[in-house]
Amino acid sequence: MATLNTESNFKEVGKRHFRAFSPGDDFYAALIDTHRGLTDEQSAVLNARLILLLANHIGELAVLREALSIAREDL
Amino acid sequence: MIAKCGTLYRPPADGRPGSGGVWEHSALSSYKPPKFAYRPPLELRSGERRQHTVVVVGAGPVGLTAAIDLAQRGTPVLLLDDDDTVSVGSRGICYAKRALEVLDRLGVGDACVAKGVSWNVGRTFFRDEEVYNFQLLSQPDHKRPGMINLQQYYLEEFLVERARQLAEIDLRWKNRVVSVSQSDDRVVLQVETPDGGYTLESDWLIVADGARSSIRRMLNLEVEGRIFTDRFLIADVKMQADFPAERWFWFDPPFHRGQSVLLHRQADNVWRIDFQLGWQADPEEERKPAKVIPRIRAMLGDDRLFELEWVSVYTFQCRRMSDFRHRRVLFVGDAAHQVSPFGARGANSGIQDADNLVWKLKLVIDRQAPDSLLDSYAEERQFAADENLMNSTRSTEFITPGSPASLTFRNAVLTLARKYPFARALVNSGRLSVPSILTASSLNTPDEESFGGAMFPGAPMDDAPLREAGRDLWLLDAVRDRFVLLYYAESLSAAAAAGLSALAASDLPVPLELMLIVARGGVVPVAAWRVLEDLAGRYAERYDATDGTVYLIRPDQHVSARWRRADGRRIHAALARATGSA
Ligand SMILES: Cc1cc2nc3c(=O)[nH]c(=O)nc-3n(C[C@H](O)[C@H](O)[C@H](O)COP(=O)(O)OP(=O)(O)OC[C@H]3O[C@@H](n4cnc5c(N)ncnc54)[C@H](O)[C@@H]3O)c2cc1C
Repeated sequence: MATLNTESNFKEVGKRHFRAFSPGDDFYAALIDTHRGLTDEQSAVLNARLILLLANHIGELAVLREALSIAREDL
Repeated sequence: MIAKCGTLYRPPADGRPGSGGVWEHSALSSYKPPKFAYRPPLELRSGERRQHTVVVVGAGPVGLTAAIDLAQRGTPVLLLDDDDTVSVGSRGICYAKRALEVLDRLGVGDACVAKGVSWNVGRTFFRDEEVYNFQLLSQPDHKRPGMINLQQYYLEEFLVERARQLAEIDLRWKNRVVSVSQSDDRVVLQVETPDGGYTLESDWLIVADGARSSIRRMLNLEVEGRIFTDRFLIADVKMQADFPAERWFWFDPPFHRGQSVLLHRQADNVWRIDFQLGWQADPEEERKPAKVIPRIRAMLGDDRLFELEWVSVYTFQCRRMSDFRHRRVLFVGDAAHQVSPFGARGANSGIQDADNLVWKLKLVIDRQAPDSLLDSYAEERQFAADENLMNSTRSTEFITPGSPASLTFRNAVLTLARKYPFARALVNSGRLSVPSILTASSLNTPDEESFGGAMFPGAPMDDAPLREAGRDLWLLDAVRDRFVLLYYAESLSAAAAAGLSALAASDLPVPLELMLIVARGGVVPVAAWRVLEDLAGRYAERYDATDGTVYLIRPDQHVSARWRRADGRRIHAALARATGSA
């Protein structure tokens, strides 16, 4: 059964990364940049859309359920 | 409560919000800054006007590095500084492995490491839990540690001491450059001293006059980037504490809610503490001991005795000049680029600027390379500056999120980090200074054969323990500061050795030193070559070296080219390319 990957998994095809933190930092910077200039409300909408897009891309419900449950921990 | 403080309050040097201001309070008790003697310059005594080869402006860590490196290469250099002491107060503390390797080459590495506190481990806490820790140096068998902590005034003292041993350096304190102009064949400077002004002419000018570079302004050059709207209280505290020599970083700790805190150990039992304050904080109020002491007390959580050594409130910025070279004027260090301190990329990268520039300038001065080689200084170090700016900017965004959305993501990462490895990798409490890998440099000769490992053309060399004639030494100490051809051999035929010796003796663009590296226990005697034994096999491992592999190394210890088989024609071409003559 497919399980959720919680190991570091960011990468970019065709790009050579010399430092282990680089691909993750690239993603994080892109994420924060995407939110730049939005109101809090718009940011919430963006996040919702983003989750839906990524969830569809993953597709496998077992994986998604695992992610949903981890995301809810301690809340 | 014993917290002794002086009464010297300095007005803010530049207190306008958003201008990267600093507000200071000093009480420095454990350190007495040296006063260097000012002497009336020759020009004022005799009225003579001499043409200098190189003038360096600014005797901070970067200007001193440049001057010493030039002098060690035999070039006379005039070093001017408007002050007569070292930099005091809370400034640079973390010097990274690569900077230490450069300092080794200048003869001050041992003094810095002996006085400094070596460390490799960083820990990150969120609220009251450790969420993540890292090792700076994951490999054994390097001469230098990942990082040392040392007050910047000690670094500068050691460099000044070294500079004074070198006859080629004319170091003039209390000499302030007040105007600069250049023509095709020279730079003309006006200098002010306590005895009046004088005029200087020089073939080359290295500008190392710091973040507020007045020379940049005199030449009407811009510096562009981003200012962060947050304030930091930076306190140096003297105390007895048995905390380990590690970097500790807290996000939102119980003793300083909603903000971040950083703790470092320095020499002389002095500890550096950075408190994030938020943009609303009043810098005048915050640096008062009555405000600072309770913050530190809350953090230490006991009634330990401490003394405040120095307190400043800073705002930070990340910016650089668009071009580090303006014909005969070359910008290095903070004058060329400025970063926030999360990552310790300021002085560390400035020292690498000088390391990159000086060998090139020397070749151009000696007419062994075309003037255009200096463009590669700008090309390579602007690339490095962009990397440093990017990493410092990202760290600053993570540490001081610029919007509610950014804060939400930051805290989400931190709550996941304890349990989930992917989130640990995203925690960014400062990506600490590592040298740039100059893979895109026009001076490199691209690989034609396949190699494993990380020693790509453009990479700064990894160190390795070696033995020479029964004596242990390090690879980087062996290659020092020249063009070197490293030949790895299990066996080497007399004919091949003779061929390479003939190459080195032939009409190359620059002198090339040949070194032979043999496997442990190997004996491949070649008269007139240095023979180094790869004691622990680290050279073969790190350089993916097999019998016959050769590396061409630049004077700043970056890989220039490499091959599986030595070939005189290709070596010649790579050397021409590395000196800008291709
Ligand atoms: C809080 C803080 C923490 C930091 N931590 C680190 C760290 O951990 N690691 C790190 O690598 N860096 C760190 N830095 C950055 C580091 O301090 C600087 O990058 C470094 O000092 C730059 O060196 P420099 O030689 O380029 O300039 P400076 O050190 O600023 O030296 C410039 C020199 O030029 C002189 N000068 C200026 N104008 C003239 C003139 N017109 N004529 C003659 N002389 C002149 C000045 O008197 C001065 O001596 C930190 C900085 C701060 C503020």
